[in-house]
Amino acid sequence: MSAVRVEFGGRIGRPALLAIVVIALAAAPAWGGRDDLRLLAEIYAYVGLASLWNLLAGYAGLVSVGQQAYVGLGAYLLFALTLLAGVPPLLAIPLAGVIAAIVALPAAALLFRLRGHYFAIGTWIVAEVFRLLASQASVLGGGSGLSLPVGIVTSIAATRQEREFLIYWVALALVLVVLLLIVALLRSRYGLALKAIRDNEPAALSNGIDVTRIKVIVYIVTAFATAMIGALIFLQKLRISPDAAFSVNDWTAFVIFMTVIGGIGRIEGPIIGAVVFFALRQTLADLGTLYLLLLGAVAIVVMLWAPKGIWGLIVARFGWQVFPLERHVVALARSQDSGAKAP
Amino acid sequence: MTIWINVIVQGVLVGGLYAMFAAGLSLIFGIMRLVNIAHGDLIVLAAYLALVTAETLGIGPLPALLIVAPLMALVGYALQRLLLNRTLGHDLLPPLLVTFGLSVIIQNGLLELFSADSRRLQAGAIEVATFPLSEGLSIGALPLLSFVVAVAVIGALQLVLYRTALGRAFRATADDPDVAQLMGLDNQHIFALAMALSLAVVAVAGVFLAVRANFDPAIGPARLIFGFEAVIIGGLGSLWGTLAGGVLLGVAQAIGAQLDPGWQMLAGHLMFLLVLAVRPEGLFPRVRA
Repeated sequence: MSAVRVEFGGRIGRPALLAIVVIALAAAPAWGGRDDLRLLAEIYAYVGLASLWNLLAGYAGLVSVGQQAYVGLGAYLLFALTLLAGVPPLLAIPLAGVIAAIVALPAAALLFRLRGHYFAIGTWIVAEVFRLLASQASVLGGGSGLSLPVGIVTSIAATRQEREFLIYWVALALVLVVLLLIVALLRSRYGLALKAIRDNEPAALSNGIDVTRIKVIVYIVTAFATAMIGALIFLQKLRISPDAAFSVNDWTAFVIFMTVIGGIGRIEGPIIGAVVFFALRQTLADLGTLYLLLLGAVAIVVMLWAPKGIWGLIVARFGWQVFPLERHVVALARSQDSGAKAP
Repeated sequence: MTIWINVIVQGVLVGGLYAMFAAGLSLIFGIMRLVNIAHGDLIVLAAYLALVTAETLGIGPLPALLIVAPLMALVGYALQRLLLNRTLGHDLLPPLLVTFGLSVIIQNGLLELFSADSRRLQAGAIEVATFPLSEGLSIGALPLLSFVVAVAVIGALQLVLYRTALGRAFRATADDPDVAQLMGLDNQHIFALAMALSLAVVAVAGVFLAVRANFDPAIGPARLIFGFEAVIIGGLGSLWGTLAGGVLLGVAQAIGAQLDPGWQMLAGHLMFLLVLAVRPEGLFPRVRA
């Protein structure tokens, strides 16, 4: 065997630093008010959605403008499972993810017949089909939607405060699981393949990577996690309607803008993007539609003149990296290598 | 029986409108591999421009078109020259994201200017005129006119593409932009002309949309989807196929709506998914390898 070893590394990829951040966020019920928890949980949901969209578009080259299909599907599955099948709400979240992943299989089979640009609009049509089917489902409120009954809400936890804490922790846990899932995927063999696809698809193909297979896997994994986040978002909202659950603005436009502004094709990008998005929203919320208009313009400017986003600029300037994803080839000492191989 | 013949006739006629939505989209994709996500919103923008023109000048929709079509062509030329040309290349992402951003900007800009109220362009007597075909079956003059115009627009595009120097330049650039450039064509200019032509077609589609039904700033994406479905059902690269795709989509929607009003859109989408499942290259493909 060759005398090299592949190591992962990043400049500030210090586990201790990440652990402190996570512990501080987990302790938020102790230092934050009700509004803080609600805002943080919303940010987590968007960090999750944007990271997943980044995995799809930034790594696998699958530009989807229809991820609201899986947010809405997860949300509707949460309502269906709890209302019609009596599943406890917190158990319904992973279950919704699993069912969405199964639904994503035939959807992928159809969508992957569309190439490149047309795939994007195809995903939108799938989302529209889901929305129209949801508005036909009269047991789930049809076109006008319905609220989660009090009995189901109180089954999560008895008091309102306990419920809010619990949902907050579930939201934090979910975004951490999603980020870990993405990091694990990118550190695996598939990750190397994904980076190869991101950088040059024909070259990846000619090196023997089964590009289609990997893209399908990423599409299904994304559907699974997106649906869980969708279920959680609507467990907080407690009210669902087809237009809200399958909103292209809320679950795809915002998510794309966050990812692009933060930096596409890097794990840190969507996180930065989500934080910037919420900081802007808190200060510019009064602008209403003008805010969206501005956001669209900023995304265009970033895409054309700083295509790697805010995090790309930071990396270019300081070389920071929070998640240890960079592969370094390290030469091993000759004696060590032959020692290991000694008969 | 008459009721179903009626449904199908209405579906065919509305299909002409869908083919017009699709023609501009397919022209742009064919020439520069750009999928314009803002296409539907540009149709709605044209509808509002027609509304403003008709109301301020006190003229009918068709004279208004004579102002709106060149105006939209100008918008298209500028848009391509100043913004979209920068996004073209091997990467899929920039054109998709920039036109997606554009779509959000147009939608919210229209919302800011015209509010979310739905509007309609008044066309006068032609709106209610009909031609009786037989007992219980008649064709509205306006739907018929929009279908005839759709056929004319597609025929004209076909002529431009295959019988003029401009069309030859379009096809050359589509086949190989580098060689076309070497032969003395200015690709940036050719692309901008293609977008101008596309948006002129969009203007025609927008005016007929505005006359036929109520519209508001949010309906653009659905028009993009109808146009896209017509292109895929008809088969890439064939304008007459696109017309057939639009007609099939219109008929599917009309049949769905007849069964249950909630099924109109769904039937159209299912038709599209069915074609994708059994004949992904479309019904009348004409794609060069």
